[in-house]
Amino acid sequence: MAEMTIRDALNAALREELIRDENVFIMGEEVAEYDGAYKVTRGLWKEFGDKRVVDSPITELGFAALGVGAAMAGLRPVIEFMTFNFSILAADQIINHAAKMLYMSGGQFNVPIVFRGPNGSAFQVSSQHSQALEAFYANFPGLKVVMPSTAADAKGLLKSSIRDNNPVVFLEQETMYGMKSEVPEDEDFLIPLGVADVKREGSDCTIVARSFTVPQALKAAEIIKSEYDVSVEVVDPRTIKPLDIDTITASVKKTNRLVIAEESHSFASVGAEISHQVMENAFDYLDAPIKRISTVEAPMPYARNLEVAALPSVEKIVAAVKEVCYL
Amino acid sequence: MPTKTATRQQKTAEKDAKSTANGSPKTASKNSAKLKEIVTDEVNKKEAKAEFQTRKKSQTSALKNTDPELLREMLYQMVLGRIFEQKCAEVYRIGKIGGFCHLYIGQEAVGVGSMMALKEGDYTITSYRDHVQAMVAGISPEEVLAELYGKAGGNVGGKGGSMHMFSKEKGFFGGHGIVGGQIGVATGMAYAQKYKGTDNVTLCFFGEAAVNQGIFHESLNMAQLWKIPCIYICENNQYGMGTSQKRAMSISNIASKAEAYGMANEFVDGMDVMAVREATLRAIERARKDGSPTLLEIRCYRYMGHSMSDPGKYRTTEEIKKYQERDPIVLFKESLKAAKVFGDKDFEEIETKAKEAVEKAVKFAEESPFPDESELMTDVLAE
Repeated sequence: MAEMTIRDALNAALREELIRDENVFIMGEEVAEYDGAYKVTRGLWKEFGDKRVVDSPITELGFAALGVGAAMAGLRPVIEFMTFNFSILAADQIINHAAKMLYMSGGQFNVPIVFRGPNGSAFQVSSQHSQALEAFYANFPGLKVVMPSTAADAKGLLKSSIRDNNPVVFLEQETMYGMKSEVPEDEDFLIPLGVADVKREGSDCTIVARSFTVPQALKAAEIIKSEYDVSVEVVDPRTIKPLDIDTITASVKKTNRLVIAEESHSFASVGAEISHQVMENAFDYLDAPIKRISTVEAPMPYARNLEVAALPSVEKIVAAVKEVCYL
Repeated sequence: MPTKTATRQQKTAEKDAKSTANGSPKTASKNSAKLKEIVTDEVNKKEAKAEFQTRKKSQTSALKNTDPELLREMLYQMVLGRIFEQKCAEVYRIGKIGGFCHLYIGQEAVGVGSMMALKEGDYTITSYRDHVQAMVAGISPEEVLAELYGKAGGNVGGKGGSMHMFSKEKGFFGGHGIVGGQIGVATGMAYAQKYKGTDNVTLCFFGEAAVNQGIFHESLNMAQLWKIPCIYICENNQYGMGTSQKRAMSISNIASKAEAYGMANEFVDGMDVMAVREATLRAIERARKDGSPTLLEIRCYRYMGHSMSDPGKYRTTEEIKKYQERDPIVLFKESLKAAKVFGDKDFEEIETKAKEAVEKAVKFAEESPFPDESELMTDVLAE
């Protein structure tokens, strides 16, 4: 085990997969000579050269399409969006092309591609740079959607995503790149897609959190424990699609209460889907209505105090847990 | 429907072509002269006939250097494409085919002339008007028609329909339904060919209306920047659905758009299968050599509506007849005859063979079962 940041864990995953399979190449804006806008690809261009690590023009639809075609022809592209907000320009290729190709070709052409980059808010980057898009992509059959929250998960899930034979939307979080945790150093350390992780065990209330809200949920759980002696379990699905609903359901059956914390807006969100599936699978086990904490239904404001007010927070999660536990 | 605007448009086209010739690779120098011959929006029937004779002469000389067996196969594919699409229209009208159905009648010389210049390992991708390209790639008429019928024996098991024919084995990367989307995918296919160190190329077909999409420009920029061996074939049939090119594009010379990216380009008469073949061969040679891409604007004309649901009120029957005077199959046959390559007996044989193939396809499509409902959820994700 080694302690490393999420950024370095992603970098290690990319490096190991570039070494392992010569069909893997990285393409995106500033990924090569500049070392990546967020330094996730630091040093890779120097080590692997122009063929494997490619600076693209600012042409999101174009290089996403190039990735799709290259994947159909047998390569394994890792396409970086500088932020996932820009992926909306490429949505035609991700949704209309990559997601449909296997099905509409009668199983002939799979598209082994990873679209990765930061998702969600950063530090005061305002409306067009702060969106959490997981619900958007998770709505389309044919795509897998992955959201790591720790360095180990980031590494193991990215390696699995690159080796996966399907298009994977891999959503990182800009404010989390510098967070450190223990990561296994084994080159074949993989975390299978579609398997949730119980980040903290507990018996009185479940929080389902992903990406940005996982550290917040863990902090909230500590506060609730110390102030009220209530035991909170934190479940991180890690993969949004396919969703490991069994682990979530099992937790709710044990705790009988559920709070869902997410960085996206609430309307038609992944939290709304989890809430529905829990209702279907564990309705009789619930002792309180499910509570959701999401980003408010407004575009992201710039002013720091307004941004804080818009986003989920430890305080908001603590309040929600208290509400479902009638504290 | 001659108007003053149209006349101006024609002049602009000639002007565009001249400017193309000034600043482009060798191939473009022919553009201006060729374009003058080909921009026929205002040409009357008499002129169309005269042009047919000119084409016949040049085609006849081109035939002498080409293997007769290849010529036979080219003619067969054109005739098969025509008869197949006519059959599609017929069975569509009696409700055998659902959804959209975009026919290729009139444009046969483009798909056949270009694709039959390819070699093993080359790739093709096209738009939703894909039946004929699919058959030229080697997908059987049975598979294509059964797909149109939505049957289990169809090319993709009834999951794609008219717009989505595919064959990994034959290097046919599909028919695609989003206007221009395949242009970017093609760029990636050719990128992979170069990445793997092969000298193979990708042919990418799209209509002229797709040129107005951003993906066309994004793709051409990357292709020229990185020397990606993709040959972009704009099948300019002059109408994007029911909107004429004149009403949708600020200039009429599409080939010249490649100039913005420093890319080789050529304007080709899409009624002349040999001209299409030769232009494609020149583009292929460039691409195999060092990956250089090319934009070919191949001017053609679709006799039918955009799809089977199009009543075609945006153009006159006179205009359609004018193009039929220069029909690519009639032209090819007459040239073959004039060059003494084939005679009427050969034509009859070819026609009979094509008709039989189409009848066999109808029988197959009729008899094939509908897909089993267990297929609904297969191939959503790969293993």
